[in-house]
Amino acid sequence: MQIRMNVNGRAVTADVEPRTLLVHFLRDDLGLTGTHIGCETSYCGACTVIVDGRTAKSCTMLAVQADGAEITTIEGLAADGELHPVQEGFWERHGLQCGYCTPGMIMSAVGLLSENPDPSEDEIRHGIEGNICRCTGYHNIVRAIEYAAAKMRGEEPAPAEWETQEVTA
Amino acid sequence: MSTTSVLGGVVKRREDPALIQGTGLYVDDVKLPGMLYAAFVRSPFAHARITSIDASAALAMEGVEAVYTIDDVRHLGPVLAQVPIGKVRPLLADGVVNHVGEAVAMVVAKDRYLARDAADAVEVDYEPLPAVVDLKEAATDQRKVHDDLESNILMTWEAGPFGDPDAMAETRRKIDEAKARDDTVVVSIEAVNQRLIGTAIEPRAVLADWNPGYGRFTVYSSTQIPHALAGAIAKTFGVTYNDVHVVAPEVGGGFGLKLNIYNDEILVAFASQKLGHPVKYTESRRESPNSTIQGRGWIATATLVGTRDGEILGYELHGLCDMGAYSQNFTVAIPFLGVFVASGQYKFPTHVKLDCVATHTMTTDAYRGAGRPEAIYYLERVIDAYARKIGMDPAEVRRKNYIPADAFPAAISPVGFAMDTGDYAKALDALVESDGYREMLAERDRMRAEGKLAGVGLSTYVEVCGFGPSGLVDLGFSWSEYGAPSAFSGSGLVRVNPDSTVTVIIGTGPSGQGHQTTWSQIVADQLGIPLERIRVIHGDSEESPFGVGTFGSRSAAVDGSATFEAAQKVRAKAAKIAAHLLEASEEDIQFADGGAFVAGSPDQTVSWEEIATVAYQPHRLPEGMEGGLEAHAIFSPANATWPFGAHAALVEVDGDTGDVRLLRYITVDDCGNVINPMIVDGQIHGGLAQGIGQAMFEEAVYDADGNLLTGSLLDYVLPTAADLPSFELHRTVTPSDINPLGVKGIGEAGTIGSAQTVVNAVVDALEPLGVEHVDMPLRPKRVWQAIQDAKGGN
Repeated sequence: MQIRMNVNGRAVTADVEPRTLLVHFLRDDLGLTGTHIGCETSYCGACTVIVDGRTAKSCTMLAVQADGAEITTIEGLAADGELHPVQEGFWERHGLQCGYCTPGMIMSAVGLLSENPDPSEDEIRHGIEGNICRCTGYHNIVRAIEYAAAKMRGEEPAPAEWETQEVTA
Repeated sequence: MSTTSVLGGVVKRREDPALIQGTGLYVDDVKLPGMLYAAFVRSPFAHARITSIDASAALAMEGVEAVYTIDDVRHLGPVLAQVPIGKVRPLLADGVVNHVGEAVAMVVAKDRYLARDAADAVEVDYEPLPAVVDLKEAATDQRKVHDDLESNILMTWEAGPFGDPDAMAETRRKIDEAKARDDTVVVSIEAVNQRLIGTAIEPRAVLADWNPGYGRFTVYSSTQIPHALAGAIAKTFGVTYNDVHVVAPEVGGGFGLKLNIYNDEILVAFASQKLGHPVKYTESRRESPNSTIQGRGWIATATLVGTRDGEILGYELHGLCDMGAYSQNFTVAIPFLGVFVASGQYKFPTHVKLDCVATHTMTTDAYRGAGRPEAIYYLERVIDAYARKIGMDPAEVRRKNYIPADAFPAAISPVGFAMDTGDYAKALDALVESDGYREMLAERDRMRAEGKLAGVGLSTYVEVCGFGPSGLVDLGFSWSEYGAPSAFSGSGLVRVNPDSTVTVIIGTGPSGQGHQTTWSQIVADQLGIPLERIRVIHGDSEESPFGVGTFGSRSAAVDGSATFEAAQKVRAKAAKIAAHLLEASEEDIQFADGGAFVAGSPDQTVSWEEIATVAYQPHRLPEGMEGGLEAHAIFSPANATWPFGAHAALVEVDGDTGDVRLLRYITVDDCGNVINPMIVDGQIHGGLAQGIGQAMFEEAVYDADGNLLTGSLLDYVLPTAADLPSFELHRTVTPSDINPLGVKGIGEAGTIGSAQTVVNAVVDALEPLGVEHVDMPLRPKRVWQAIQDAKGGN
C-alpha cells in the first residue's frame, strides 16, 4: 500500500505491506533505529513516538494507520543541534543507564509535559506508567523530567541530589 | 572521597549523548548487505517426543532460504556450558523437548515477517509425555526429567564451613545441641524465593556474518561476555579464537540474562556459513521468557536457634533450587553463590545444604544477585521472625550477632570464606540513627493509631562480588569450557595516541553501567589528561585484551583495577620521557593541567602533546627506550569483594484488598570507595527496583503441565514508576583492601538488600493480625488471603 507521512519534518512516501508495523517501517525502511522494540504488546513503551501531537506506541500501530500523519521520533527531537530540555534533563540527572527504553521514555515525557507543564512527582510517575525502565528504578527519570519541566517553564531546575546529598563517613 | 576530584566526583555520562538522541547502536539496528532473518519453531509442550517435523510448506514459500533441525547441526555438539553439570542443551531439540519454548527448528528467510510466517508453517508432531514441574516432586526422583541422568538432583552444595566435612559435622552438632536446650527458642520459616523473568527491555539479538575469504565470523550479539562467546563459537565450529570477532555494541540491559552462550548465537553463525549471507535473529518478547534464562526458583527452610536475649546459636538453610531442564552457563553454580553468603554478616554457626534440581522448565541461571538475594532473603527473614519472637528490636538482634569490625581484614565467615573488609554495625547504625528511619517508625505508629495496617521492615546484607580470585578456576570461575582457559581476572589497555588523546580498551561487556565514564575518570585521575580527550572502548573481543565480561558486580573492582595499573605504567613511562625532555629527575615529575612539571619548579613543564609526540618519534626518546606510549595490565585479585549495607522500608497494607503500598525506602550501602557517586546511586536505584519487583510483583508461574502462565508483560508484572517511591540513599565507605582502587562493586547490592526488607515490612504491618509469613510476590490476593487465614485462626 502506498503511504505518505511527515517524519521529523521530512516528507516520506513508501509502498508497504499492509501488515507492516509502524515501528518496523521507521526502523527498517527509514533507518530511524532510535525507536526501539521491547515487547510488541504496547506494554513497555520503548517504541513510543509522537503521532499528530500525541504519544503512540509504534509497535502496535500499522504503518498504514499513520498515513497522512505528522510523526516525531527521538531523532527529530533536538532542534538545530540543541538538545530538547527533556533530553538535557535525562543527561543532567542520569535518567538512563542502558538507554534502550530511553527514546520511548523521553517521548512520553515530552507528551506529558505538553499536557501538564508543571507536574507533581506523583503526576510524573503516573504519566510515565506506560513506559517500563528496568535499569533506573525510575528515580532519576523523575528527576530528569522535573529538570525538564522547570527548564521549559523558564525556571532554574532544582540542584541535583548529589550536589546536596550528605555522605555518611 | 571528595566530590570534586575526578576520581570520586560526579561526572555526567559520556555514553549519554548517543543514547538520548537515538543514535546508540544496538544489535537489531545493524543491517548488513544481503542479510537474512531467522525465526524459531518452538515447542508448545513441556515434555514430548517429536515424532515428525515437516518443513515442506515452509520451504515452498518464496524467500525462505532454509529450515534447520537437529539433524543439520548435531555434529556441532550441544550449547557449551561453563559448568556442564546436568543435561546440556542441544542446539535444537533432539528427539524430545524438555520445556515449553524449546527451539525445535530454525527458519531462515529474506525478511523478518516471512521468517515468522514460515516458522508457523513448519509442522511438528509431538507425542506428549508427563512433565515434572513441581520442584518438591522433582526432588523425590519419582519421575525423571531426563531418562539418561541418574537423578533429578544434579548437584548438592553443602557448607558450614565449605569443604571441611569434620568441621561441618561439628557445626551440625552445635546447632542440634542449641536446639535441644530448654532455654533457647527455635524459629523456622519455609519460604518460596520465586522464579523471575529478568526482562531486559532489549530482547536478545544476534547477527552473524561468515566471510569465507577471510575464514572468519563477525558476530554482533547483545551479550555481557563477548570474549567468551568468541571462544564458544570458535570451539563449536572448530576454528580458532582469532577467527571470530564478537562485538557487543550497546546492550539494552543485561542483569545476567545475557551472561550465557545461547543456541541462537551458534545457530545464526551456522546458517551464515551455510547460506553465505549474514543472518540475524532478534528474540521477540513472547519468546524471551522461554528462550532466555530465568532466575531464582528456590524453596527452602530457614531455621534459627538462639537465646531469649538475642544471642543466635545456630542457623540452617536447607532447600531446593530449580535448575530447569538444561544447564547452560553457570546453572548449578548459581546456588553456590548463595552458599558464599549463607551466613551473611553474622558469626553464628551456619549449615547450608542446597539441592540443585532439574525440572521440565526453562533453564535458570544468573539473574541480578544470582544466589545471593535468595540466601540473604531467608537469613534476614528468619532473623526478623526471631527478633519478633523474643521481643527484641530487629536492629539490636542483628548488631549483637555481627562479625565484629575488628575481625577484619580477612575475617573468615562461618561458611568458610575469607571476607575482605567490613564494618557492619557502622552501616546499620547509620541507617537506624538516620532521621529517615526515625520518621518511618513515627509514621508507622501514627498510621497504626489511625487504625491502618502499617509496617517498617529492616534488613541488612552482605554480598560477595568482584569475582574473583584466580584460585577459583577449579570451581568454574573461568571460560575454559568455551575454549578460553583463563581465570576471572581483569584487563585494561591504556594507549596515549600521537595527538595525546587516550584510548582505553577494556574487556568488559557493560549494559548501562557507564563504564566509558567511570574508566575515563580512572585514567584521567592517573594521567591528568582531561576526560573529554579519553575514549573508552569495550564489548569487542578483538580490539580489547582478553576480557571476562561484565557480571557479578566485578567490572570496577577487577577490570577497573587493571586499567588503573595500566594507567600507572603509562604515567611512569611518560614521567621518564618528561624527565628526559626537562632534564630533570624522573622522581620529581608530577602531572597536572594537561602536562608534566618538575616538583617545586612549576614553570618547568612539558605538555602531554609534546610527551606523546616524542613517544612516537623514538629518535627523540632516551637511549634504549621503546617507542609508543601504551600499557596493558592484568589484575588478578587475591579475593572477591564483600559489600554490605542496611535497608529499611515503610509500607501500608490495605486490610480490605490486600494491596501493599511502598511509602518510603531508605538505604545505607557500603561498596568501598566510590568512583562516580551518581553512577553508583543509579546502580542502587535499579537494583532496588528489581528487588522490590520480586517482593511485590514479579513471578514466573508454570502450571502443572509446564505451561508458562506469565509469558508476556501483560501477565508478568514489572514495577512501573507509579509503584515505587523515590529512594533515600546514604552510604558508608569501607574500602576494600584487595584492589588498588579500594572499590567493591554495586551492581547487585540493591537487589540483594531489598526483597526481604519489603516483606519484613509487610509482616510487621500484619503482625497485629497474627500473620508471621507471606510468600513473595506480595500481590493483593496473596496478602488478603494471609489476612483472612490469620483472622480465621483467631
